[in-house]
Amino acid sequence: MSEPVLSITDLSVSLPAGADRAQAVSGVSLTVAANEIVCLVGESGSGKSMIAHTILGLLPPGVAVAGGAVTLCGRDVAAASEAELRAIRGRDAAMIFQEPLSALNPLKRAGEQIAEAIRVQAPATPRAVVAARVGALIEAVGLPDPARIRDSFPFALSGGQRQRVMIAIAMANNPALLVADEPTTALDVTTQAQILALIRRLQGERRMGVLLITHDFGVVAEVADRVVVMRDGRVVEQGSAEAVLTAPRDPYTRALVAAVPHAGRRPARAAPAARPPLLEIETLSKTFTLRQGWFRPPRQVVAADALSLTLAPGETVAVVGESGSGKSTLGQMILRLAEPDSGRIIFDGQDLLALRGEALRAERRRIQIVFQDPFAALNPRQRVGDAIARGPMAYGAPKDRAMAEARALLDRVGLKAGAADRFPHEFSGGQRQRICIARALALKPRILVADEAVSALDVSVQARVLDLLAELRAEYNLAMLFITHDLRIAARIADRVAVMQRGRIVEAGPAETLFAAPAHAYTRGLIAAIPGRRLFGGLGEAPVPEALTA
Amino acid sequence: MGFVRAFLRNPGGPIGLVLLAAVVAVALLAPLLAPVDPWEMVGAPFEPPLSPDLPLGSDTMGRDIASGLAHGARVSLAIGLSSTLAALLVGVVIGATAGWFGGLTDAVLMRVAELFQTIPGFILAVLLVATLGPSLSHEILAIAAISWPPLARLTRGEFLRLRNRDFVRAAACQGERPAALVLRHILPNALAPLIVTGALTVATAILIESALSFLGLGDPNLMSWGYMVGAARTVIRQAWWMSVFPGAAILVTVLAINLVGEALNDALNPRLARGSRA
Repeated sequence: MSEPVLSITDLSVSLPAGADRAQAVSGVSLTVAANEIVCLVGESGSGKSMIAHTILGLLPPGVAVAGGAVTLCGRDVAAASEAELRAIRGRDAAMIFQEPLSALNPLKRAGEQIAEAIRVQAPATPRAVVAARVGALIEAVGLPDPARIRDSFPFALSGGQRQRVMIAIAMANNPALLVADEPTTALDVTTQAQILALIRRLQGERRMGVLLITHDFGVVAEVADRVVVMRDGRVVEQGSAEAVLTAPRDPYTRALVAAVPHAGRRPARAAPAARPPLLEIETLSKTFTLRQGWFRPPRQVVAADALSLTLAPGETVAVVGESGSGKSTLGQMILRLAEPDSGRIIFDGQDLLALRGEALRAERRRIQIVFQDPFAALNPRQRVGDAIARGPMAYGAPKDRAMAEARALLDRVGLKAGAADRFPHEFSGGQRQRICIARALALKPRILVADEAVSALDVSVQARVLDLLAELRAEYNLAMLFITHDLRIAARIADRVAVMQRGRIVEAGPAETLFAAPAHAYTRGLIAAIPGRRLFGGLGEAPVPEALTA
Repeated sequence: MGFVRAFLRNPGGPIGLVLLAAVVAVALLAPLLAPVDPWEMVGAPFEPPLSPDLPLGSDTMGRDIASGLAHGARVSLAIGLSSTLAALLVGVVIGATAGWFGGLTDAVLMRVAELFQTIPGFILAVLLVATLGPSLSHEILAIAAISWPPLARLTRGEFLRLRNRDFVRAAACQGERPAALVLRHILPNALAPLIVTGALTVATAILIESALSFLGLGDPNLMSWGYMVGAARTVIRQAWWMSVFPGAAILVTVLAINLVGEALNDALNPRLARGSRA
């Protein structure tokens, strides 16, 4: 292992004038040897993706290498011409991306796309040889039913299958280095575990170097041999995975590792006394019918199949499930943003589904929602203070008082004075989510539905927003329905957890018992798939934390 | 100001703006620049350009072409603007209704829009003006009648796109009434493409007005560029200036509005603006 596959020395990448900083990457040095996985970790804006793009010569216009060297298999990439880069891409280094659907050509069958990757590097390869190699690659990445996958278009494949096709394309020419940019971020937790295992296996079989870019320390704990932590374009710490994860030296790394949510550091919380439920959901059902062209029968997707769930005053229930489980539809039905086919939703003694018009509007203020994407949830042309004050004003509060309350709320959620007069685009994702929380609380709701409310945030921001939600929950005596795909977050904030799969609740119970002794096989699978579980502990194998037994 | 800078980045923007400002200035100052009625015979017919007192020559009846151009600018801009405003009013209301309510309302309104779109626009305009009689208000009505369907479709598309966005749903959960959702949340976010298309509609309206006047369907009391070209077409080989100057005026005005519209599009299109900032 004398010569590293990739060695980056003192790399600086400059941003165009007018960007929020002069350099996306400054003075970064790192190496990747053959047969090892190096994880490049950082929060959004840390410059980690820029490094990946530099290695393959894919920097966007206006962004350029300002200094340093990137040596890939003994050649300087930064000085390579476009023709040389084309030869490097695929053969020396290959890349896989976060969103496999947008990285694949939607109009070409999976098999053709893999074959194309082979032909780009070796145009003279006979047809039969290409076909054989495509078949071998599809099998190597563990795709079931290779004949069918080969002839499928990307839209017909699941997210995990698409990512496997992407990996097959990347593996087509046996690259010495695989650059994986957030390869599992868009995937469900069980699929994520499989893809990480696949990358691990291929790396071992082919003695590849892998540079895996991620924001998730769980993923790091799962696969990394070595770790490089980045912040604001600089390396703050690097070392073996063991050392960085268990004994981080840099304070920023320590904060990041500590921010990874897990049950072990669950804040102490007295279980709410048993009270009659505030919200009762009874046998709620909803089926979506998707048309698939003229000659094929419409596809039925069951989003809710006789769902029943209760929420007591002041209680937090996490609804956990993978994409397509129907957990978001449940939240929308409670808010009457989607209409169920049958069933009842009883809120504080009255049937929400029977309400219409003004009666519905009057009741609506008592159930509020915080959406997942803080960039889509705020009107870009409305000032933040106005956005918060509009709710109370719609229920008759005078403008001055509503604005004063909005300012007080903004202060409460941790935003500076003056935030009320600014527009949403002036705030970061975490700050926007705080604004959304303030907007929801302005109406003094009894129930807050948080639909993946922290999933789009960086891990350190996520931890702070979760803390804020926990504080506000106590202050406002809120009942919370916390919809999430991330079991670590559910374990951290919920009193009770309901696990959903294909529109059904397969298991529900108090958080500590459910994570300590999951009864249903699906729950056990979900818990086993949590990345970094062994390192961070807490879920599934650790004893009940003492904070909860009190 | 990010908007001004984005507008000026496209070189067509400032050029179009200067040209358009010149046309607007001529239109506003027409009574001062050319105090004599453009229908008045002020000299001998067929005087070429640069004759004494007739900088752009005279027409077949001895009328001042420069005066005709100045007063024609008023007519072109007035009709272009008012017919576009009328078309916007109808188009936005119909498109918003269709997009917001959806279902049967949407289907009926869109079939009506299609009805207008399947008839060739200019033929319909000629038909309307010929039936109702040539006058300023009928010209505006006819041009608006053929210009609203694309605006309605655009508005409907924007409403469909925005109706289920998270911030609109959040506002609904906040207890905002449907009228507030439409006026405060959806419409302001749908405005950018409407402004751009509205600007380009003004240019098209000016062209249609010129064509109507060319065919003799313009208001007989108003001197317009289209009428001037139409009246001079039979003598184009003897007296080029009679049709070339009003023709060039139409060209410059429409070009200027299109340039401004394009630059507005670049400035208001958030994706382009964001890409240049990142």
